[in-house]
Amino acid sequence: MAVILDLVVQNAQMLLVLLLAPLLTGFVRKAKARLQRRRGPSLLQPYRDLLRLSRKETVLAEESSWLFRVIPYLIFAATWVAASLVPTFAAGLMFNWSADLIAIIALLGSARFFLALAGMDVGTSFGGLGSSREMMIATLAEPATIMIVFTLALLAGSTQLSQVAAFMLSPAVGLRVSLGLALVALVMVAIAENGRIPIDNPATHLELTMVHEAMLLEYSGRHLAVIELAASLKLLLYLSLIACVFLPWGQAQPGAGPAAQLAGVGAYIGKLAVGGLFLAWFETSIAKMRVFRVSDFLGAALMLGLLGTLLLFVSRSL
Amino acid sequence: MSAWFGLAWVCVLMAVAVFALLNGRAQNSSAAVYGACFLISFVGLLAALIHLISGAPESEIVLPLGLPWIGAHFRVDALTAFFLAVVNLGGAAACLYAIGYARHEAEPQRSTPFVPAFLAGMNLVVLAGDAFSFLFAWEFMSLSSWALVMAHHREEGVARAGYVYIVMASFGTLALLLAFGLLAGPQGDYAFAAIRAHQASPLRAGFILALALAGAGSKAGLVPLHVWLPLAHPAAPSHVSALMSGVMTKVAVYGFIRIVFDLLGPPQWWQGLPILAIGGGSAVLGVLYAMMQTDLKRVLAYSTIENIGLIFVGLGLALAFEANGFRTAAALALTAALFHVLNHAFFKSLLFFGAGAVLVATGEREMDRLGGLIRRMPVTSFVFLIGCMAISALPPLNGFASEWLAFQAILLSPQLPQWGLKLLVPAVGALLALSAALAAACFVRVYGIVFLGRPRFAAAKGAEEVDQWSLAAMASLAALCVIAGVLPGLVIDGLAPVAQALVGARMPAQASLPWLSIAPIAESRSSYNGLLVFAFIAMSASLAAYVIHRFASRALRRAPAWDCGYPDASPLTQYSAEGFAQPIRRVFGTFVFRASERIDMPAPGETRPARIDVTLHDLAWELIYAPIALAVSFVAERLNRIQYLTIRIYLSLVFFSLVFLLLALAVWP
Repeated sequence: MAVILDLVVQNAQMLLVLLLAPLLTGFVRKAKARLQRRRGPSLLQPYRDLLRLSRKETVLAEESSWLFRVIPYLIFAATWVAASLVPTFAAGLMFNWSADLIAIIALLGSARFFLALAGMDVGTSFGGLGSSREMMIATLAEPATIMIVFTLALLAGSTQLSQVAAFMLSPAVGLRVSLGLALVALVMVAIAENGRIPIDNPATHLELTMVHEAMLLEYSGRHLAVIELAASLKLLLYLSLIACVFLPWGQAQPGAGPAAQLAGVGAYIGKLAVGGLFLAWFETSIAKMRVFRVSDFLGAALMLGLLGTLLLFVSRSL
Repeated sequence: MSAWFGLAWVCVLMAVAVFALLNGRAQNSSAAVYGACFLISFVGLLAALIHLISGAPESEIVLPLGLPWIGAHFRVDALTAFFLAVVNLGGAAACLYAIGYARHEAEPQRSTPFVPAFLAGMNLVVLAGDAFSFLFAWEFMSLSSWALVMAHHREEGVARAGYVYIVMASFGTLALLLAFGLLAGPQGDYAFAAIRAHQASPLRAGFILALALAGAGSKAGLVPLHVWLPLAHPAAPSHVSALMSGVMTKVAVYGFIRIVFDLLGPPQWWQGLPILAIGGGSAVLGVLYAMMQTDLKRVLAYSTIENIGLIFVGLGLALAFEANGFRTAAALALTAALFHVLNHAFFKSLLFFGAGAVLVATGEREMDRLGGLIRRMPVTSFVFLIGCMAISALPPLNGFASEWLAFQAILLSPQLPQWGLKLLVPAVGALLALSAALAAACFVRVYGIVFLGRPRFAAAKGAEEVDQWSLAAMASLAALCVIAGVLPGLVIDGLAPVAQALVGARMPAQASLPWLSIAPIAESRSSYNGLLVFAFIAMSASLAAYVIHRFASRALRRAPAWDCGYPDASPLTQYSAEGFAQPIRRVFGTFVFRASERIDMPAPGETRPARIDVTLHDLAWELIYAPIALAVSFVAERLNRIQYLTIRIYLSLVFFSLVFLLLALAVWP
């Protein structure tokens, strides 16, 4: 019985992240539009976009290979699995232990690997440009993330997200320099990884600085829909990760009843809204930077993460 | 498996080598030789695995060969069995591949006899139980591989590669010779058992460690002793490149482990410092160099340096943990290193085979002349993709599993009491993470340029899939990459006896954990389940594909590429290998390579093309090797005069040296 219940909660989480992801994207767009004194599209617009794309005919480039058609599903699967393994409304999900924080980061790395390959598959110059820049960004963002993971894991004594969240709820945590550094670094990485301003602009095409969109140029129809959904999921994942680690309050604990689970869902949506608002505010108040300054931005994130880890190696109380 | 058995199959390999030498020019003799080697290596692999899993006792034999007062010792213990498995697995795969590949060699008889000899040499290094047999086998391995590097000696650059290789190999053997001399002590105990019995003083241990790092490290390709590796490994025929990169570097790792973990006695904490620093540096520098290369096989050779760096980081951590008495942590770090040894043997062999297949199909190694091979060589491109994913440490493949274990070991290191380690280990962790991310970038580049996109030149356009033997070898290695990644617990349990023998502890048994997950310390601390992650990805991907195909539009149309409305028909407008590396070169290159770009932009109206010239400096070569070479030639020029003296002066020289030596002997206490 308990196993079935666990399975239900796990599946509920998988569905929840899938359903909420486009809404979050829509919400960020809406909030950004309002901050810019525009009315903006409806909150539901991303869902409509996905539906429209999936109904359209898919146009494949003549030079594209079988890999090009498989990659959207692989990207989606890797991102979805990663997003389902981050505790959102309830801690201690059934399969949380099957992949720890390092594995979740690496799953996102797999998704990126395939996306970069897709950019190169058709053999256009824009695709190569996007892939090459994406991998440059990743070479700095990924180690920064691992350093953040190290900081959290050293504090909590575990790389399991559930354990980290439990530690954050315990009174042992207190105010720590290393946690502050990790939070700042994680926010920076999240912005870079999701291709938001100032690293990349999700709203433009045909800009010399584009990264993520350049890799998708040749995709259309259902393939594009799947990739767009994966991109939304990734944004949701990073916000969930920040929420789970730094704001774990309100999460349903293992063994809690349905009421607590529902309250957990409410708290989770609230946290996402706060995160989305912050993202919209940040994006509105900052300008896009040149591609070759991205390394400074992410290098700073890497150094912050390393500093956090070093502090913990020096003393567990920092 | 007893040591007798090991020796017997070394002898059979040598017999095959002699047969190949005698029948070099006969039709199909190379296929027969490689077939025989495949069978022998396969039997060896099975025997080694059985020994490792069954936990058979050590066995040692002494033959009246070699130095008269020592004899030749050969022994098989857990460490030997593991490395025998790695050597013979790589050997079996390479021979299977070569059955097909050797048909495309212009002069197969130049390499056929040396491959069995090379395999026998590597087996013998691992089996050796005394310093003399070890060094003899080591030198035999070096020389037979040198002969293989020189197989295509008329091609440009091969002669130089062979020259640099033989110089560095001699240097390495010299360092190992001195290391064993120090280990043996004044009594001259050259048998491993006798060396183990007495312990070296800290100063002497430091010298031995430095010499072992220089000797084994130069063979393994640690920076800055790596210069020969990217020259020699690509110069050999591809199956030999795979053997050298995938297997011979592992034999070097074996030599290092044998000396430092086994013969040197209880470690000191500071011994971990140089290993960690050099390992971390090699990891990052190796992959950065790889990123800058445009020759496919050179990229793979440089990436070997990176992986060897990862392995040495694991070894350094294990040493530091063991010195402080954290034996389970030491077992974890050592297991991570050995797991990576196995993984690297899998995927680097696979990738070199793939590079060989590309070479056979197109005659090209230059990445910028290839492209679009995924349509011409579907099977090769699929297995090569698995290799690229595995080496980029992507879950759920095997590269990630060992990398994950290494990270877990690093996370245990705050308990180390020494400040030097406390400060170095997190930095090394950052280097490890950086090298993993760079490896992903490097292999996206390799795969994207070589296999994806449009063919850049006619050679790539006319490529055809390679023969069945080569495909079978590549596919089985790819399958092993997947299996080791999905079921890492099996490998960890298999390595437990090795860890037990070397650091006196083992990781907790993994096979009993639910769902075949792995938990290095405790499940509440960290766990990873490759099988479930693999299953989840497969299920979600098929679910998504099913839903899309069931409910979404299935209309599909082929059309010219869009490329923002400006598609260019010329395939040369695609990103090149160098162009792809440019952002990363800009970020890291000015610091690591002192890279400089010179742009030559014609004035408006001029018709000559614009040019960009990039200069990269290999600092290891320019700062270390070039001055040494200069000094050697300077001294040689001065000494040259001695060759043109009269007979009287020569006689007096002999006389005075004799007097001097006798005096020295008389004065010596």
